[in-house]
Amino acid sequence: MNKITEELLEQVSDYKGEFKGAYNIRENGQCVGRQSSKNIRIEPKTDKSGIDIHIAPNTKGEKVYIPACVTHSDVSDLVYNDFFVGEGADVTIVAGCGVHADNEGEAKHNGIHRFFVGKGAKVVYQEKHLGTGAKTAFKRIDPVTDAVLEDDSYLEMDTVQLGGVDSTLRQTRAKVGNGAKLIVRERIMTVGEEKAETDFKVEMNGEDSAVDLVSRSVAKGHSYQQFKSEIIGNNRCTGHSECDAILVDNGRVNAAPALEAAHLDAALIHEAAIGKIAGEQIIKLCTLGLTEEEAQERIISGFLK
Amino acid sequence: MLKLQNVVWNIPDGEQIIQDISYTAQQGKLVVITGPNGGGKTTLAKLIAGLEKPTSGKIYLNNDDITDCDITQRAKKGIAYAFQQPVRFKGITIQELLELAAGKELSYTELCDLLGKVGLCAREYINRELDSGLSGGEMKRVEIASVLARNAKVTIFDEPEAGIDLWSFTKLVETFQELRNQQNGLLLIISHQERILEIADEIVVIAKGKIRTVGSKDEVLPQLLSGEISKKCPRGKENQ
Repeated sequence: MNKITEELLEQVSDYKGEFKGAYNIRENGQCVGRQSSKNIRIEPKTDKSGIDIHIAPNTKGEKVYIPACVTHSDVSDLVYNDFFVGEGADVTIVAGCGVHADNEGEAKHNGIHRFFVGKGAKVVYQEKHLGTGAKTAFKRIDPVTDAVLEDDSYLEMDTVQLGGVDSTLRQTRAKVGNGAKLIVRERIMTVGEEKAETDFKVEMNGEDSAVDLVSRSVAKGHSYQQFKSEIIGNNRCTGHSECDAILVDNGRVNAAPALEAAHLDAALIHEAAIGKIAGEQIIKLCTLGLTEEEAQERIISGFLK
Repeated sequence: MLKLQNVVWNIPDGEQIIQDISYTAQQGKLVVITGPNGGGKTTLAKLIAGLEKPTSGKIYLNNDDITDCDITQRAKKGIAYAFQQPVRFKGITIQELLELAAGKELSYTELCDLLGKVGLCAREYINRELDSGLSGGEMKRVEIASVLARNAKVTIFDEPEAGIDLWSFTKLVETFQELRNQQNGLLLIISHQERILEIADEIVVIAKGKIRTVGSKDEVLPQLLSGEISKKCPRGKENQ
């Protein structure tokens, strides 16, 4: 593992010289470290690049780390990771992605993740994206997530991308079973000329299924963000999506939420708000002794916390 | 000491909201500003805190001319202002707001003490965000706590009673009395509440942008409503 990877790992996946438990570290398209645990088995795919992660039923309180890093330009890494989460398991998956390039050219990571969350299982999925290095290099991360939530399961996706990635397209698809719940917490900040798109499609197929999708974003400079969400209620279910965006400088945000209720008891709600920081928020913090710049910074850091 | 000297404030269309107000308030006093709605009380508070700049006139804090200071500079010089309508923040917790106000990290005991003054239990509240999850009354109490945390030379409360239940209000009146007894700074409270007027060292009645009366509560309270005649038209235009 090279030095840049180590630095990226520290920032995207809480790496402190080692990982405890099961892990797979990917660097420039190659595996540079892998360990399974008694309950979590990580195996390389035989037909394509990537791994299968098998989490035994009723595994409790374990973490599995699967960070991926690209450390120079002219790398286009494509990886397929499949998670098979056994019934009744309760685990945390940490999947940071760091892309670094020092010169011109493109450094790209494209992770395709599939989650099969077994009955009654609970998964917290944490993903942090980071781009570092020269501004002349084009850093790109395009994750695809496909999740199937079986009955009474729970999947919480907590994703963060706070600048440095020139272009990102995040596509998330989920099918939610009886009594299952999907929670998405997305935080994005784009700066300069960056572009970030997110595209969610959630099918609520099970009775009493639920989704709560909250996206908070800040678009600075001349950056552009697009938020698309589609929640389809095919059964008695509750669905809520919320897109809150703050514009700074000449940032632009396009929010296109869609709800489709195909059942009389599908209760679907969407909230969206895009705008600059409210003047009264700045004034309140100024009355506490902060300058306007400090107030703006504090409001944004809290908003994206 | 806070001194207003011939302060005038006009709205952009030229209408005069504050008309030549001169007034000096001494440190260690509890001054209640009262008067009819629309009389200019909140505007005066905003002029003192720097949210508005006077069209003419001067404002002094302990002989320091602060007329041209912005909100931040005035805050740093020791002016604290509790908004009539508290501001909500997504992602900022009550503890974080109180620490921003205090300018330092606060221990659990200090947080308990501050929130206790406004009738809130620290254990239940410090980690809650200042978003729509808090009721209007809770927001108001946090707003007051944030200003108490500043320990300022001049503390302005704009209608602190608005939206607060009777029980928390009793606690709040006690807190104001305690603050006055500590003789730390000047408390300026905009209020119509009799119980707050009762604890004032001095009452200033503002109407139509001018000071109508200034005096002790014994002097001012008996004549507070004198000259007020109930009118059909609130703007006195029934004969037009």
